[in-house]
Amino acid sequence: MTTIMTPTFINIGERTNVTGSAKFRKLIVEGNYTAALDVARQQVEAGAQIIDINMDEGLLDAVKAITTFLNLLAAEPDIARVPVMIDSSKWEVIEAGLKCVQGKAIVNSISMKEGEDIFRHHARECLKYGAAVVVMAFDEVGQADTAARKIDICTRAYNILVNEVGFPPEDIIFDPNIFAVATGIEEHDNYAVDFIEATRTIKQTLPYARISGGVSNVSFSFRGNEPVRRAIHSVFLYHAIRAGMDMGIVNAGDLPVYDDIDAELREAVEDVILNRPQRHTALKQRSGSATEYVSNTEWLVDLAPKYKGEKGQVEAKTLAWREGPVAERLKHALVHGITEFIEADTEEARQQAERPLHVIEGPLMAGMNVVGDLFGAGKMFLPQVVKSARVMKQSVAYLMPFMEAEKDGAEHQSAGKILMATVKGDVHDIGKNIVGVVLQCNNYEVVDLGVMVPADRILEEARKHKVDMIGLSGLITPSLDEMVFVAREMQRQGFDIPLLIGGATTSKTHTAVKIEPGYSNGQTVYVLDASRAVGVVSQLLSDTDKAQFIADTRADYEKVRLAYGKGDQKPRSDLTEARAKKFVIDFASEAPVAPTFLGTRTFSPYDLHDLADHIDWTPFFATWELAGRFPDILEDEIVGEAATALYADAQAMLKRILDEKWFEARGVVGFWPANATEDDDIEVYEDETRSKVIARFHTLRQQMKKTRDDQSNTALSDFIAPKGTPDWIGGFAVTAGHGEMEIAAKFKAAGDDYNAILATALADRLAEAFAEALHKRVRRELWAYAADEDLDVAGLIAERYKGIRPAPGYPAQPDHTEKWTLFDLLDARAQAGMELTESLAMTPPASVSGLYFAHPKSHYFGVGKIEKDQVEDYARRKGWSVDEAERWLSPILNYVPS
Amino acid sequence: MTRQDRIDTLKAAAKERILILDGSWGVMIQRRGLDEQDFRGERFKDHVGQMKGNNDILCLTRPDIITDLHNQYYAAGADISETNTFSATTIAMDDYHLDAQACWDINYEGAKLARAAADAWTAKEPEKPRFVAGSIGPLNKMLSMSSDVNDPGARSVTFDQVYAAYKQQIRALNEGGVDLYLVETITDTLNCKAALKAIMDVEDEGLDKLPIWISGTITDRSGRTLSGQTAEAFWNSVKHAKPFAIGFNCALGADLMRPHIAELARVADTLVAAYPNAGLPNAMGQYDEQPHETAHELHEWAKDGLVNILGGCCGTTPDHIKHVADEVRGFAPRVPPERPKALRLSGLEPFELN
Repeated sequence: MTTIMTPTFINIGERTNVTGSAKFRKLIVEGNYTAALDVARQQVEAGAQIIDINMDEGLLDAVKAITTFLNLLAAEPDIARVPVMIDSSKWEVIEAGLKCVQGKAIVNSISMKEGEDIFRHHARECLKYGAAVVVMAFDEVGQADTAARKIDICTRAYNILVNEVGFPPEDIIFDPNIFAVATGIEEHDNYAVDFIEATRTIKQTLPYARISGGVSNVSFSFRGNEPVRRAIHSVFLYHAIRAGMDMGIVNAGDLPVYDDIDAELREAVEDVILNRPQRHTALKQRSGSATEYVSNTEWLVDLAPKYKGEKGQVEAKTLAWREGPVAERLKHALVHGITEFIEADTEEARQQAERPLHVIEGPLMAGMNVVGDLFGAGKMFLPQVVKSARVMKQSVAYLMPFMEAEKDGAEHQSAGKILMATVKGDVHDIGKNIVGVVLQCNNYEVVDLGVMVPADRILEEARKHKVDMIGLSGLITPSLDEMVFVAREMQRQGFDIPLLIGGATTSKTHTAVKIEPGYSNGQTVYVLDASRAVGVVSQLLSDTDKAQFIADTRADYEKVRLAYGKGDQKPRSDLTEARAKKFVIDFASEAPVAPTFLGTRTFSPYDLHDLADHIDWTPFFATWELAGRFPDILEDEIVGEAATALYADAQAMLKRILDEKWFEARGVVGFWPANATEDDDIEVYEDETRSKVIARFHTLRQQMKKTRDDQSNTALSDFIAPKGTPDWIGGFAVTAGHGEMEIAAKFKAAGDDYNAILATALADRLAEAFAEALHKRVRRELWAYAADEDLDVAGLIAERYKGIRPAPGYPAQPDHTEKWTLFDLLDARAQAGMELTESLAMTPPASVSGLYFAHPKSHYFGVGKIEKDQVEDYARRKGWSVDEAERWLSPILNYVPS
Repeated sequence: MTRQDRIDTLKAAAKERILILDGSWGVMIQRRGLDEQDFRGERFKDHVGQMKGNNDILCLTRPDIITDLHNQYYAAGADISETNTFSATTIAMDDYHLDAQACWDINYEGAKLARAAADAWTAKEPEKPRFVAGSIGPLNKMLSMSSDVNDPGARSVTFDQVYAAYKQQIRALNEGGVDLYLVETITDTLNCKAALKAIMDVEDEGLDKLPIWISGTITDRSGRTLSGQTAEAFWNSVKHAKPFAIGFNCALGADLMRPHIAELARVADTLVAAYPNAGLPNAMGQYDEQPHETAHELHEWAKDGLVNILGGCCGTTPDHIKHVADEVRGFAPRVPPERPKALRLSGLEPFELN
């Protein structure tokens, strides 16, 4: 064994100890817990397998400090993954610490210094809290200094613990006291040897017990000469570990390898540690005589200044990548998303290159290929890739003026050119932007037309830019129809390039059944998510793979069409039958509650800080294709690192959004008297006389066959009482998106897609949080049908409250056009500045609207597929032709319309 | 039989066969279609707020239903049935504005109901004695998780409060006559550790020492508890209580739970227990997995020697339990491994010093 870093020796981080670290003490006294947590994190990152936490400082309320610190630490998965050692000389501090750790900790320490009874009591409590213990070699007389006393006390403690208390022997760790050597006092010279010898005996005679100690004590007399102290620690551990020491409180990252210590220094230290016979001679000036022996301590003290100057090598590591050649540096910056040095590095690369274009085609593309490979292999995730793209864009932006200055500047050859657009009537573009960035990362040129782009403009731009394919995106169901239209137009106008389809409501089935048949000149391909985009695009542009890929896709879609043509084979109910099995509520026993006011109330602006508290983060990560539930996702084995970095960026931007008022939240709520009709409509009345109908909400009923008694064919109108029993309905429209598009455009213009997408995604989350926060106020205070509800954020996200807020266009009412009625009733345009596009998308994009149903029996459900009889009935109620109804309801028809 | 006799019998039975726990209570109570009045009964007829949904209160207001469910599960082949006291702590019952006396009564009477049902079955079928596990469920407040998104250090409850709430429940269950404790559906190991300390303390205060069964919950495919621990870290955190059994329940169906049970089977030198959900809920929040499907999966576990106790959680019914009991009959129970003594600690992840 030549080093102290053997697998069996456990380093216990010592930097989170106020008695051992002046820096940590200062942070804790100042209450700077954030920085204090960073100290803990650094230790774990540096390899500490257990971290020692000590708050014993005169100025501190140590109980409070350890509670605060441990509670905060529990929220940091990268630190909390290791066990903690709760270190205090006060029992009440230890107990406070034990009440904060879910893992199995080590208590450091208990001892017999106040007698056996208290020792037994403390040991028993540690056992009940489920902790291992460090037992100090300390009794009523004092701390054990000689090997014999150390062994004696530890043996007595062991017998009490194992035989009387029932403590598992493997959970006992002895600290036989490491004292300072080389103090100049002769009685101290054997302290290290005493420790090492006691360790050897204890390990032999007390089965399963372990040995630990505070290593830095041993070198106390060399304070101020860190290199010599580190050498002393290294030599001490070398011998103590060989004697059986298992763990130590030590800054292991700092220690020199035993064999690497200068031989002269190492021998001098070894003489001190092992208390070897004096063998050094020196000319003693004062006696003027010949040579005399000097003590080992004196010898080392004389030698020490010579070694003081050596520097640590701690800082060099983080910026080590700056040492490499420029191509390597560019690659590193791309893979790690670092923009800090990009301009200087780009300039250096430009000077080395024959032409500026060669920088792009050489080192930058090489770096992006690595990014692409890592992404493809699941070793990088979307947020990281988008950051890489930001680095790439800034580098290219720097090169642009140089390339333009070249007279015969041949254009950079991209791997292909793709036009992308969100279709007419739709305003959602996060997914489209992410796909665009991923494609750019893979050397494709993207022509992004933005949102709400009509078909003729898409095709005109496609011709103008001579693109290789077109990608369409959309989030809401009416966009599906628009995509069908674009495809037909491509066919009519003689296009034959591939058409890619993506977005939340698109599907392989819809693409195969509705879009592909209309565009036989070219190939239509459904793209599930951004991670698939590159694979699809590269195959479509490949001379060798293209034919096979198209043949496979066509065969696949043909199969999908066949399966779809068979319809839903499960038994169905006709509308009459379904209405007979409506969801029955006994409105007599659970009577509807009247709202506290009728008509609308406006919240413009609404406090964004309040909304930030209500954010449900899980969908935010889903936007970035990071799967997992928040906060667990932050410590996920695979995506945890990417998620944590993204979350930190999101929190920082959220703070700016709030501080600098980037967005404005506006909303409106309304309540009206209402009753359900026999044919699944809800009449909304002007006032409590219920004589004048001012609006009518239409609802759709489930038609899957329900056989069991406790099942029903539900429609939203079932949750509202029929005429004769007073009931009410509510509605809301909220947005957090005023300002959203401007901010996103600003980032985009600066080549910063990452922050543009981040801002849009956060606006979406704030709008959802607004809907959630407002619903809570509706339940508790505005409608006040659940005035005593008290749920935390987790409870809210889990929807453990009463009443629902279904949105038109979602499963409980798939018809988007109900938003017209809702917006009119709420006067949402004037009250909240919200608009509806012709496809019923809301603007600003970060908006949510819906109806409120208060009855405790109301619940979310999915209408599912509907039959022609209901479509005809619905068309009659809406005042539509059947064709019109089939168009709006096309995603949920259980038949192919003629 | 005295309680000590029953405990000895339980331990002996566990050596001979795979024991069967009952199934879900929620779904069975839901099927009754009870109304607010059923939940309130006479005692709480003027109580503030809503009582519907508080299944535990039925121990006091509809004891007939609770007794019937114990009987249905014992009839289906369960060796052990749980008291209907999952949420009967002062902290969880605060949602329904119930005081300490009401909580005590739920636990005490709930234990009595289960005891009477079990004893009647044991009298009828002495060759298959029935046992009662006192259900000690999770709280709606957690000690390891922040209660405020802006302050990761914030907690809505203290260790001492959790400890006191559990201690009352534990005393009432013990005095009501349960044979063992089942600390279950543990989402936060620190809450669980407070319950374990309370159990050890009531023993020191003179109550009968009862076997402890600890059942955590792996919440999703991440393979961790809600508070972030891996299976082995969780075991290291609770093994000081020397539990009679350790296992997982809820959140996952049998297929997804298997790797985590297998992990416990590897590391735990005590009995291993599992009672998964009937698969994952469908889009409507209902469980579709059929009794024979659950039983088929658990049959594989039994065949592979992974478990000592099996049962069902959300979505399972007496029919599921019957299928499970029939499918695993005759298989030898898992033999707990002898593990070398070693210092084993944990944070969110396990630590072992060999």
